[in-house]
Amino acid sequence: MPEKEYETVIGLEVHTELKTKTKIFCGCSTEFGGAPNSHTCPICLGLPGGLPKLNRQAVEFGIRAGIALNCKVNNVSLFDRKNYFYPDSALNYQISQFYQPIDTNGYLDINLADGTTKRIRINRAHLEADAGKLIHMGESVLSSEGTYVDYNRVSVPLLEIVTEPDMSSAEEAIAYVEGLREILSFVGVSDCKMEEGSIRVDVNISVREKGSNKLGVRAEIKNLNSLKHIVKAIEVEVNRHIDALENGTEILVQQTRTFDAEKGKTFAMREKVNAADYRYFPEPNIPPVIISEEWIESVRKCLPELPKERRQRMVQQYGLPIYDAEVLTSSREMSDYFDTVLEYYPDAKVISNWMMGELLKALNNTGQSINNCLVSAKMLADLLLMIEKGTINGKIAKTVLDEMMKSGKKAEIIVQEKGLLQVSDQSAVLEVVDEAIDANPKIVADYLAGKDKAIGALIGQIMQLSKGKANPQLANELLMKRLQELK
Amino acid sequence: MLFQKTAHELNTLLKAKEISSEELTEIYIKRIEELEPRINAYITKTHELAREKAKQVDAKRVKGEKLHALAGIPMAIKDNIQTKNVLTTNGSKMMANFIAPYDATIVRKLKNADVVLLGKTNMDEFAMGSTTENSYFGATKNPWNENCVPGGSSGGSAAAVAAGEACYAIGSDTGGSIRQPASFCGIVGLKPTYGCVSKYGITSFASSMEQAGPMTRDVEDCALVAKVLCGFDEKDCMTLDVETPDYLTSLGKSIKGLRIGLPKEYFEYGIEKQTKDKVFAAIKKLEELGAIVEEISMPHTEYALRAYYLLAPGECSSNMACFDSVRYGFRGGNMVNVADMSRESRTLAFGRELKKRLMFGTYIQREGMIKDYFLRAQKVRTLIRQDFEVAFKKYDLLVTSTTYAPTYEFGFKQAEPLRVYENDVYTASANLADVPAITIPCGLVDGKPVGMQLIGKWFDELTLFRVAHAFEQATDFHSNIPVIGGEINA
Repeated sequence: MPEKEYETVIGLEVHTELKTKTKIFCGCSTEFGGAPNSHTCPICLGLPGGLPKLNRQAVEFGIRAGIALNCKVNNVSLFDRKNYFYPDSALNYQISQFYQPIDTNGYLDINLADGTTKRIRINRAHLEADAGKLIHMGESVLSSEGTYVDYNRVSVPLLEIVTEPDMSSAEEAIAYVEGLREILSFVGVSDCKMEEGSIRVDVNISVREKGSNKLGVRAEIKNLNSLKHIVKAIEVEVNRHIDALENGTEILVQQTRTFDAEKGKTFAMREKVNAADYRYFPEPNIPPVIISEEWIESVRKCLPELPKERRQRMVQQYGLPIYDAEVLTSSREMSDYFDTVLEYYPDAKVISNWMMGELLKALNNTGQSINNCLVSAKMLADLLLMIEKGTINGKIAKTVLDEMMKSGKKAEIIVQEKGLLQVSDQSAVLEVVDEAIDANPKIVADYLAGKDKAIGALIGQIMQLSKGKANPQLANELLMKRLQELK
Repeated sequence: MLFQKTAHELNTLLKAKEISSEELTEIYIKRIEELEPRINAYITKTHELAREKAKQVDAKRVKGEKLHALAGIPMAIKDNIQTKNVLTTNGSKMMANFIAPYDATIVRKLKNADVVLLGKTNMDEFAMGSTTENSYFGATKNPWNENCVPGGSSGGSAAAVAAGEACYAIGSDTGGSIRQPASFCGIVGLKPTYGCVSKYGITSFASSMEQAGPMTRDVEDCALVAKVLCGFDEKDCMTLDVETPDYLTSLGKSIKGLRIGLPKEYFEYGIEKQTKDKVFAAIKKLEELGAIVEEISMPHTEYALRAYYLLAPGECSSNMACFDSVRYGFRGGNMVNVADMSRESRTLAFGRELKKRLMFGTYIQREGMIKDYFLRAQKVRTLIRQDFEVAFKKYDLLVTSTTYAPTYEFGFKQAEPLRVYENDVYTASANLADVPAITIPCGLVDGKPVGMQLIGKWFDELTLFRVAHAFEQATDFHSNIPVIGGEINA
């Protein structure tokens, strides 16, 4: 046990790939995958004479993200060169924004486990070009006989979002990353697919004695690409720092480190003396980016409602439980789907139950996602209306939905084709009730002897005999009446 | 002699079908074969391609197709400008075997005008230098005096035109690399306004200052070629989206009443008396033609050279980083890992002048340095630009000498390196201020050409051509031709 109490100070740098169709400085495709070096041209390959041409869509995504993250979108921003030799960068410098980034001074409120929220300040967000990928032959870099370079990813646009050191635990860091992913994907600027590397996190971390107002020695853990790794990396790094402070196991120096998930440890990459080693200077081939207030306003107007606001609306306006609201806003598509169903069908809770239950199950079973689902929001609303009108019962509706998911046909057509209309005709239902009573003398006897639960078994029989089509309420009513007569 | 004629003269002959492009091309090829062992203006000769192109143009002409005024006329391009499927070496061992996979925008435009490319011209390595001695492919000789340098870095282009090894050539100018060699070789050279000519496909040296431009026998040719080169290019976001005026309309106009500023500071840097006399005689000529010439002060001129020699190496140190021998270029030396590979290859392939600038440029961009040197030099650049803004409120253009003296002998650079850098005093300010500048011949000193430089307002090449052309018409300096080669001697 450490003698003293410590606290952790964490700041994050999150790199998100912006989902533009073409690269930030040339016309090559940004699509993930593709044969190595198939998405390249003289510009992104760093051939002599290549010049960057700024992608307007990337700038617009930068504006959109800036607004969604409560940043000041700067009317003038500049590009700079970050100089360093590494073969994954074709030019051996990265075009980034150092002196004057596109977005500054924002924040993101995160939800903590105790139900409170915490404001994480965002220092800046800047546009930059991604690097390529190195594929080492052999087991590891050290034993590798050679390295392949794939420049497909070079110049894919990135937005790097840098926080102030406002987080104090892995939980808060995770809450921030999740909140950020949610917003960025809701406003449509990034897919935020961690597994494809479209969101990568650098963690700046230091440990100090509790109550101290001086920051400890900072380590930067580079390129974490899953939430699990972030949690683990923070945990081991905090322990390393505390161990060093407590037991003098090592002298902490400001460092860039890498996390080895298999070994569950962080390792020093290089000592980070300070940023100026990169010789940042203004990029001479790109004029200043001028963003007018009109442009910012037009982007603001087109911005979709953010997840937090949507949840508030669901809870306050439609009376949904918080849990439902969270599930329904887990993606922009899901949330939009809900809103569309609600346009045609008034009961939010019924919609929520169906979406969270049957719809999600059916999506899983058929391998569809909400955006390419064969059942449109309008079709689901129509199905729910049929239940409400008594055209079909809930149980039948579930099988109808399954059929809709497979064929893409409308509920009405399936019900007609399969003859699934609910039977609400009194004499017809009574006929089935009598049939069930006659066929199950033992259950009837049990009931008459006082076993109330036996009634369920009889209803089951009735539904079976009617192939599920009997109006359940009517069947229940008629059965009770008959049994009363038998008493 | 046909190889002494200007492009517009040749065009008249071609149009009249007095000569074919094929015949003309053969004359130039013969001339090149005769003189190259002495002059070394070319790194790569593309004679087969030239013959093929000439034949095509002749066929078009026979069919009566409408042709550009430059169609079928043999010319040369500096070797830092990418030409598809043709070696583009940048005068460097690093790129000695590099075949460019694409055409620079200006090459595409020239091809559209059906020009005949004779080859790629020699240059100081990666355009750094002012003598063409810094070329991996050996120095180019000045056709006026083979013991002297042709200037640089576009020395090959200048020498080729002066020696009649090309009708005209394309150069590039970052601190004077078109104007100084043009002046040393007695031809006309234009550095257009920054943002006039697309840099796409031109190997970057100092991106914020360089522009390609024409190097020609006379002002009319210069205007003709400039019209092809200039104009907006979506591939270079530093080009301005404005209509390029028809420069030819400025020719033959009076210069009466034009106000010309004579910045006194330009004559304070050890300019040699004979050179100064020639330039002042030329200025007198301008006055005779009706221009009003007044002395003015441009107080920040003394800082121009220093700012230039901070900014250019700074940008260059970053621009040269792509030559890491990973994707292309020379590869050699002891290689254990990729860092070694780049370091060893660069050490073996880069020349001394380039290394000097890379080290210096990297040094002044380091932490603790960049604010005091590189970023401060950018502020100085703004002051220099302001000098021009003030001057152009009152004057239509400025006149100076292009260099402080005519060409000098080989080896002078090693003996007097600072004096060689000093030459850029006259030319580098125009690059720092982004303004256009033209040099035109204004006489000979000891049998070596001297040039007068005219500096214009931003995007006002028209006035430069107008004044230069008026001067040319009133004098016969442009008809001075170096005596070289069998045909002339005969």
